[in-house]
Formats: sequence, structure tokens, C-alpha cells
Amino acid sequence: MSASQAEPPIVEPSDDDVPVLSVEDVTVRFGGVQAVSSANITAYAGHITGLIGPNGAGKTTTFNVITGLEKPTEGRIVVEGRDVSRLSPYRRARLGMARTFQRLEVFGSLTTRENVLAAAEFRRAWSHDKSDPREVTDEILERVGLQSVAELRVESLPTGLARLVELGRALATRPRLLLLDEPGSGLDNTETEALGDLLLDLAQEGMAILLVEHDVDLVMRICDRIHVLDFGKVIAVGTTAEVQADPVVQAAYLGADVEGAA
Amino acid sequence: MTTFLAFLTSGLVVGCIYALTATGLVVTYMTSGIFNFAHGAIGMIAAFVYWQVAIGWGWPTPIALFVTLFIVAPLMGAVIERLLIRPIRGASVDLAIVITLALLLLLIGVASVIWKGTAVRIVPPFFAGHQVQIGSLSVTYHQVVVVVVAIIVAVSLKLLFSRTRIGIAMRGVVDDPDLAAMAGASPARVQQLSWALGASLAGLAGILLAPLVNLDILTLTLLVINGYAAALVGRLRSLPLTAAGAIALGLMINAAKIYGPDAGRIWQPLADVIRDNQAVIPMAFLFVMLVTLPSARLRSGSLIGPPSPQPAALTSALIWGGVLIAFVAIAAPHLSSSNIVTGSKALIFALTLLSLVLLTGYGGQVSLCQLTFVGLGSYAMGAWGGGSLLGVVAAILLAAAAGAAVALPTLRLRGLYLALATFAFASALDLVFFNQVFGTGGSFAVERLQLPGIPTESGQAYITLLAVVFVLCSLLVLAVRRGRYGRQLAALNDSPAACATLGVNINVTKLAVFAVSAGMAGFAGALFGGLRGQVGPNDFVALASLTLLLVLRVGGINTVSGALFGGAVMASFPMLQEHVPSNWPLAYLLTGIAAVSIGRDPNGLGGRIAELAERLRANRSGPPADRLRASQRGDDLELEEVRLVGVAG
Repeated sequence: MSASQAEPPIVEPSDDDVPVLSVEDVTVRFGGVQAVSSANITAYAGHITGLIGPNGAGKTTTFNVITGLEKPTEGRIVVEGRDVSRLSPYRRARLGMARTFQRLEVFGSLTTRENVLAAAEFRRAWSHDKSDPREVTDEILERVGLQSVAELRVESLPTGLARLVELGRALATRPRLLLLDEPGSGLDNTETEALGDLLLDLAQEGMAILLVEHDVDLVMRICDRIHVLDFGKVIAVGTTAEVQADPVVQAAYLGADVEGAA
Repeated sequence: MTTFLAFLTSGLVVGCIYALTATGLVVTYMTSGIFNFAHGAIGMIAAFVYWQVAIGWGWPTPIALFVTLFIVAPLMGAVIERLLIRPIRGASVDLAIVITLALLLLLIGVASVIWKGTAVRIVPPFFAGHQVQIGSLSVTYHQVVVVVVAIIVAVSLKLLFSRTRIGIAMRGVVDDPDLAAMAGASPARVQQLSWALGASLAGLAGILLAPLVNLDILTLTLLVINGYAAALVGRLRSLPLTAAGAIALGLMINAAKIYGPDAGRIWQPLADVIRDNQAVIPMAFLFVMLVTLPSARLRSGSLIGPPSPQPAALTSALIWGGVLIAFVAIAAPHLSSSNIVTGSKALIFALTLLSLVLLTGYGGQVSLCQLTFVGLGSYAMGAWGGGSLLGVVAAILLAAAAGAAVALPTLRLRGLYLALATFAFASALDLVFFNQVFGTGGSFAVERLQLPGIPTESGQAYITLLAVVFVLCSLLVLAVRRGRYGRQLAALNDSPAACATLGVNINVTKLAVFAVSAGMAGFAGALFGGLRGQVGPNDFVALASLTLLLVLRVGGINTVSGALFGGAVMASFPMLQEHVPSNWPLAYLLTGIAAVSIGRDPNGLGGRIAELAERLRANRSGPPADRLRASQRGDDLELEEVRLVGVAG
């Protein structure tokens, strides 16, 4: 199971051969520090792929490289067969990539509705899809469960809700690839469950989702495949059961908690 | 050959002085992360203090030097750090720009009050009259002193940063303040020390430069632009590269002087252009450096700071706009002609400030050359417009094109660099273009706008027209703010990174808002020229653009009422000035004081008024939802409260 073995048995989703996203041998160095080292990560349409690992393992840096906010030292990013490594962030977004941020990047001075509406308007401006941004917004607010706070400024919302606003905003661009950076933190159990259901629905509709999350229960419940990052390296790839059983993973990260849960 | 050596020597000497000032700038920037626009002004004050002590009071030179460089200048730096810089640690770049610009104006004001402009002050060169002969080249002792001092300072700084505890702590603070604090270095103390050191270096540069140029407040203050340019060579970090850049700049400026007249047949036209415009070489150099800087990483948004006020609803804006127009139309016949001119100026300034509300308040970009766009607008109206509507169009287009040209090289960089570029642009046009096209004395005729069927000739008619124009532009700005583009601007202001990942081409958006804002300022310029009938370079000095920005910051940078307030203030400075001695530059003093005190609140007075109005309205219709703002994010209890309010509301 561990990446050091010659042929990691990657679980190929049966219905789709070409990954929507593949991160190929990406290395990121900040000065002397290697934040990510030759990482290979794939995400497939219709599936939720987990990306887990302890703090500082390089998860957010990986997201930044995928979306173009950070330049990799080596390696490339391929989206639906196309090398996007040299594209600027906005061009990648226009290819159908959207994300949320671990450190909130909401439009704080706008209301929840305006946050989503702005994103829908952006999409209308750059895509051929000319559906009414207001209708898109209403639909997303309902789907994510934000109607009750739709008219409040986002800077006044608690973190958990603000994260949902970021999710709604990302969905408003109708992405084919969705990158979620700890969407569940700040949510209570009921809300986390609702979030899980929503993500499963989105995957069902064909979206490829890459999920960074600390809530192991949520990850185990909704992910088909999991990549485990530690010190910038992908130390394991596999189904949830395989990853849970992997001794390297247990040693590095999951520990006794998972055994108890499983 | 002798000419060449002389050029080399004088270029090297000037370069060494730039290196001293640029080094001081970098040292303060490294330790505090704040770019000190007032660095040149601090050097200017030190040079004047030195003159006062050494010449005014006749103290011996060594004592005067000691007092200036080791007591007054470091004390000034330390006090500035304590009072102005430390309180804004970690705040936004915009605030740091506002505070140090306010300091710049304040120091100019203070210097003007203490050292009246009428007296002739000369700082003699060190060892005046002595020179050494090296072959056919004669080098003055002063030149030798400058180079030797620069070398001593360079070596001392090198030792300071590599060998001494405090120097290493300074570097540590740059890399990681928290880690440095754990290692026992107090970041605040280290920062204070670096500001004291920076002020001394600025003072040293001022004292060494004063004998070579005039002991003039503005000349020495604007020396900072040369320092910026050099510091950019070192990317605001590397002291050796900064020094190298400074010397290169010094050589270039002197090359233009020496080689201008006899450059050879092919190069002569180019050399002539450079010679005639040599004053703008530092600005041109700065622009080139900006273009070569690597792109900045996208800034992440922050949730720090008070919420910006909600833009006024269109209905209430319509009502208030109508009130303003009616008030102006009714009051105008009863006003003296001088008051009508003041009122008209207030409206034109308000229109200019409105362009800054759009750019800075909504768009989050800083412009320090808005008055330059006004000047370009006046020029276009005067040169091509002849009072026609076409002239207005020309004014808008010229200013917008200039705005796009200034913004283009800096779009991909951080906000600070846009501020630097616009300041350099304003100074360059101030020094060269406006003087050339308007004439140094300043009487460039601009015809008043004539509209079919609408009288504009009389002062009363014109001020009413101005009020209508201001109200229409305000409504336009408000409509933009509340609409799709406004959402986009707010989004860009709150989180450029998120915008990019949502498919927004940030640079195009920024460029567009900069050009539109500049165009609006150009419109104001066409109206300004028509009000005055003639304009001169003094109407558009670079420093006045700083005043504009600060006045708006005090009035409220993101409100139309802030623009109106600012316009009234700008127009009333000349009236107030009549009541105080002429060497008290009220515009600089009052703006500086107000900006360092009120300017810390990004919403300014306008924001406070809007907040008050909202509170009054809320009292009539239940408690505002804001009252229940989550103070601790992620707290479940408060989450419940917000939801309840959401449901109830």
C-alpha cells in the first residue's frame, strides 16, 4: 500500500478511466523546506477523493499548486488530459475548477447571497452558460442550506457557516472539479452529516471532489479513495479500508482512533 | 577623458548619497514591513536642524553633526515609531501608506513653520575650498567625504547585521517576529531601533546632499523617490543591491548632464530628450525597476477591520442629490463671486474625490496621482476641447489612457508598488510636463464648457451645472457599487485569491477600474479648467494628490458623503490660509494631523455618519443583526443566535 512499493494498487474507478485531475510528481520547495515532494494525486469524476494527513503535511500547498496560486518547483498539473501547469489561476477556474480555502477567503463585506451571486455572475461572464445568476444563486443557497443567513454579511457569520458560503460560492461556478479544504471544521454533528450528504449527491451527479478534512469519520464515510500525505510525501493511496489497515498510515497519522472507530 | 572622470566622480558621489538614504529606507522596511514615504522628509528635517545648529547658531561642525545625527534624528525616528508605526503593526498596506504620507505632509508643514521660506540658507560643503588633484581631475574634499562616509556606513552596517546581537535580532525580526521574540529580542524595541537608525541615515544623506542642491524643503523631501528607485533594485531587502542601484542611478543622472550636449550624430535626438527631461530620470528608473519585479503572490483576504458602510440606497441618494442641487441653485444668487468660486472648486474637488472613492474605497487600489489626471483633463480641454463636449470626452480619454499606462506595469504587484508608481508619475509630470505645456508662470487658457440650451457662462449657472454633474456621477458610482461591477470590486477588495479561483481575470478588472477612475478625474479637470479660465503647473503639484487622498481618508474613503466633505475641505484651505501666516501650510498641517489621528479608521467620518444613521434607522425597526456579530468565530451559541436572527428577519 505504501508509495515506496513498486506498484501501489490504485483503485481505479470503474466508470471512468481518465482522471479529471492528476497531480504528477509535484514538488514545492520554500527556500530549504520541502513542503511537497514528488506527490502524485488523482481525482475521478463521480468520486470523492480524500486527502488527509497531519498539520503541515502539505495539503493546502497542494491545493494552491493545483489552483495555480503557488508555482510548483517541479512536476505538472493535468486537468482532463490537459497540462494546465502554465495557466494562471483564473484560466484554470474557467476550465471547471473551483475550491474553498482553509483560511477563509470569503467576500466579507458582501452578504451570503451576494457572495454566491458574485460567483454566478463571474461564471456567466466567462462561460457560454447564460443561465440567470439569480436563479442559480437561489438554487445553491437552498441546496447548501444557507437561506436563513442569505441576507447577512458574511464577516458576521461564524466560521462554519462562512465555510459553507465558500462551498456555495464554488458551486456557483458549476465546477467539474471541486477542491474542498476542511469544509467540515466549525460545523456540529448534524451539519457535518448534511454536508456529507450534499457532497455525496454532488459526486453522484458526476463531480470530481478532492477533500481535505480532519474529521476522520466524515472522510471514512464519504470518500472512495484516500491519499495520505505526511511531510509532503504521499505515503499511501487506497480505499478507505485499505488505508485504515495500512500500518504505515497508522504509525504516521491515524493511530488507535481509527482502529477504535473501525 | 577628464569630462568622463568628472562625470564618474560626481555620479559616484550623488549615488553614494542616494545609497545612504535608500539603505535607511530598506532597514526600516525590513524590520517593520512599513514602507516609509516620509523617509526623505525626515532627512529634510535633519538637514534643516543641522543648518540651524551649525550655521544658525554657529556651533562647531563636529558638535552640530553629533547633535543632528546621534541625538535629533534617532530621537525623531524612535518617536515616530512609537507614536505612529507601532500602533498599526500588522495592519493593511493601505493604512501604512496613509500614515506615512500624512507624516510626510506634516513634516513639510512643520519645517515650513519653523524655517520660513524667505531666508536664504546655505549648507556649505565640508572642507569648502579644498580639493585634491588627481591628474587632470580635481575632486573636492566634500566629494571625498561623501564616498568615505558611505564606505564607513556600509562596513558598519555589514558588521552590525552579522556580528552584533542587536543586528542579528533585527534580521531575526524580519524573518520571524514570534521566533525572535521567543529568543529574547523584543520586536517592538528592535523595530524602534531600526527606525532610529533609518532616520539617522536619512539625516546623513540630507546633510551631505544639501550643499550640492539647495537647502529646500521639497527638493530634499522628494529625494525619497531616488531612494525608492534604488531600494527597488534590492527588492526592498538586499542592502548591497540597493547601494549598487543607487550608484547606478547617480551615474545615470550625471551622464544625462555631461553627455547631453555632445552625444554624437545618431544619439543626439535621444540625448536631447534625456537632457531636457533629466529631472524625471529617477522616476523612469523606478518604473523600469517595477516592470522587472517578479509577480507578487495573490494577497489573501483578511477579516480584520471594521465593516465598510453599506452604500446609500438609490432612493435616499436621489433625495439627497436633489437637495444638494436645489440648495446650490437657490443659494448661488446670494453668494459673492469669490464664494461661488470656492463652492465650485469644492464640487470639482468632490468629483475628483469621487473618482478615488471608486478606485480606493471600492476597488482597494491606491492612487497618489489623482490630481495629475485632473491636470491632464484640463490640458485636453484647453488644447483640443475649446469648451465643447468633445473636449470633455478628450479629457476623460486622455486621463483614462494615462491611468491605464501608469497602472499597467504594477497590476501584478502588491498595492505598495502601485502607490510608488503613481507617486513617481505625479512627480514626473509635475517636474516636466505641466511646466512645459502650461508654462512655468502658469497661464494656460481653458475654455468653459458650453452646452446647447443650458447657460454656463455665469458663475451661478456654472456652479449649478457642477452640482448636477456631481450628483449624477455620485448616482453612477452608487449604482455601480450596488450592481454587478460593485460586487466584483468588493469581492476583489476582500479576497483577490478567491476571485482568481472563481475565474476572474484580476488584472483586467484592476486596470479597468483604474482607467475609469482616472477618466472621472480627467472630467473634473475639464470642469476645473473651465471654472478658472486658465490653469498653471501650481494647480496640479504632486503633493496635492497626497492631500486629496488623506482628506478623503479622513472624510470616509468609501462613501460619497466623504467625497463631498473632502471637496469642501480642499476648497476651504485657501480661505483658512488667509487667517494664518503664509508660512503655515494649513493644507499639509491639518491634513497630516487629521490623517494620523482619524485616518486609522478606514471608514472615516463618512463611515461614522453612515453607521449612526443605520443605528437610528435600526432603533426604529428592532435591533440590528450586527449587534449579534460573532465575536468568537465558530462558537455554537452565537451561531444559533445568528440563525435565529436570520429566521426572524
